[in-house]
Amino acid sequence: MKILVPVKRVIDYNVKPRVKADGSGVDLANVKMSMNPFDEIAVEEAIRIKEAGKADEIIAVSVGPAKAQETLRTALAMGADRAILVETDDTVEPLAVAKILKAIADEEQPGLIMLGKQAIDDDSNQTGQMLAALMGRPQGTFANTVEIDGGSVIVKREIDGGLETVKLTMPAIVTTDLRLNEPRYASLPNIMKAKKKQLDVKSPADFGVDTAPRLTTTNVSEPPVRQAGEKVADVDAMVAKLKALGIA
Amino acid sequence: MKTLVWVEHDNKTVKDATLAAVTAAGKLGEVHLLVAGSGCAAVADEAAKIAGVGKVHLADDAAFEHALAENVAPLVVDLMGHHDAFICPATTTGKNIAPRVAALLDVMQISDILSVEDGDKTFTRPIYAGNAIATVTSSDPKLVITVRGTAFDKAETSGGSGTVEAVASTGDAGLSTFVSSEIAKSERPELTSAKIIVSGGRALKDAETFQEVIIPLADKLNAGVGASRAAVDAGYVPNDYQVGQTGKIVAPEAYFAIGISGAIQHLAGMKDSKVIIAINKDEDAPIFQVADIGLVGDLFKIVPELTEKL
Ligand SMILES: Cc1cc2nc3c(=O)[nH]c(=O)nc-3n(C[C@H](O)[C@H](O)[C@H](O)COP(=O)(O)OP(=O)(O)OC[C@H]3O[C@@H](n4cnc5c(N)ncnc54)[C@H](O)[C@@H]3O)c2cc1C
Ligand SMILES: Cc1cc2nc3c(=O)[nH]c(=O)nc-3n(C[C@H](O)[C@H](O)[C@H](O)COP(=O)(O)OP(=O)(O)OC[C@H]3O[C@@H](n4cnc5c(N)ncnc54)[C@H](O)[C@@H]3O)c2cc1C
Repeated sequence: MKILVPVKRVIDYNVKPRVKADGSGVDLANVKMSMNPFDEIAVEEAIRIKEAGKADEIIAVSVGPAKAQETLRTALAMGADRAILVETDDTVEPLAVAKILKAIADEEQPGLIMLGKQAIDDDSNQTGQMLAALMGRPQGTFANTVEIDGGSVIVKREIDGGLETVKLTMPAIVTTDLRLNEPRYASLPNIMKAKKKQLDVKSPADFGVDTAPRLTTTNVSEPPVRQAGEKVADVDAMVAKLKALGIA
Repeated sequence: MKTLVWVEHDNKTVKDATLAAVTAAGKLGEVHLLVAGSGCAAVADEAAKIAGVGKVHLADDAAFEHALAENVAPLVVDLMGHHDAFICPATTTGKNIAPRVAALLDVMQISDILSVEDGDKTFTRPIYAGNAIATVTSSDPKLVITVRGTAFDKAETSGGSGTVEAVASTGDAGLSTFVSSEIAKSERPELTSAKIIVSGGRALKDAETFQEVIIPLADKLNAGVGASRAAVDAGYVPNDYQVGQTGKIVAPEAYFAIGISGAIQHLAGMKDSKVIIAINKDEDAPIFQVADIGLVGDLFKIVPELTEKL
């Protein structure tokens, strides 16, 4: 069985994003970029499934600029077998990403597609669900544990009230949540080896997908800034303040 | 515009999260509701009383009992033949279903809206963990939207006179089955509707200490209990306690952040709280930059003293 893992290059989660003064977006020039943390979890889970003998090939895919090759190399260094970059400098919305991923899945016929539950830049939380819809396949979103069981995958999901377990007929789409696993760091020898692994570069047009955005962003602004209040000296002062505000 | 709002429920009662979505829908036009579930007629009757509601579509079938997206999406797509916008609360159920519907309709979803702007296809939404607010306009013929619960007032639960209309089931897609769930039963207010929240972070050491230190204060204040990701990862509390960019978004009257440093991912989930109270031994912790009331010191001394003096 093949596992397809879409990975996205995003602003590093340690960086505080700055909005551009002209309201056109977030300033990404000279900002550290990394693999979306949820996608690291997806790559890790795919590797563990392969290590358990339940998959034989892991293919990492990214839709994005040439630099997304770095992100794919990271996936390869962690343990993915080969990679596909669908290169574009345009902003590609989740629906178009899902259409490209569907085209790749049609070619590769993976049994499992593991995505992150959300990308930490656009926070859309859509791509996996959209892909599942386009493929007419089941979706196990916000996965806390994933277990392959013959032709099915059993996914324990993190939901608002707690946890829910569903059983999906494969091929299936799974999106990762934070508690699924702790991704490994790539070792130096593996980083070297990853440089030699196969990485194909394609374009959205190769898949006949129109990536024209459906949404137009007219402005990006800073949220209202919260002013720091004051520090109080002790518990008595805190209690007095809380009482004054009617909280206690 | 005719909107169709997903009613969040447990087959018995309407969940609060629905109410903000109804308010958002009301800004777009006529509000119709969809109650999909199993043995959920009472939910539809309750939903019909929500202020401002027109028709309530009731799809009662075993296939919808657990709101599996694979089964529910085709039903919604059918109903979207005569609605212009599908609107879900941005709960885990809404986030699971809405994108599946959007893709089937070939439209781009607008996630987690904060407001409806002029001209009914323009919205604001947070990106980059709420560090930026984008104004987006859709060019799609139909809209699929999820609504951030803290950004809209809750619709009144009475005063409405909607009519309930049964709709035919689209059946079981045969792709997925529900196996089980572990839903924590708690007397406490739900996080997303609690007036006061007491949250603990990594500093709480372990599950027992969290219980001993945080819970008595929460009890005293009749508060909901939250946590940072670090506290959840370390197993002090279950996953659904997590507040933040990738957990729950809350905006209570008062939010106590105890032994939480204030990482941007945490702030993303609680910085719209009316009053933020921080207790941290590090006077430079970022949480103090957003706190209205801060106290520097050892939480293991401060919190028990505070609990006693309140
Ligand atoms: C104002 C604004 C400015 C933007 N600026 C930029 C920008 O400068 N640069 C930029 O790259 N994007 C930018 N985008 C974002 C881009 O349009 C979206 O990020 C993209 O459409 C996917 O949305 P998401 O990542 O939130 O999807 P989600 O649905 O949250 O992603 C979930 C998962 O889908 C997979 N996935 C998503 N996208 C890809 C991808 N491209 N390749 C492979 N797998 C993927 C990953 O597994 C990911 O974890 C911007 C968006 C807005 C609104
Ligand atoms: C993809 C991704 C998503 C994430 N999503 C979320 C999210 O949704 N929510 C979230 O919370 N985090 C999230 N995080 C994690 C986030 O980056 C932080 O790691 C996390 O919030 C830290 O939790 P903390 O403040 O409890 O721990 P720490 O940062 O370790 O802070 C502990 C604090 O306790 C204080 N302290 C220690 N001992 C005492 C004492 N005795 N008395 C008083 N104070 C004390 C310390 O001074 C410190 O400030 C995410 C991270 C990633 C990568």
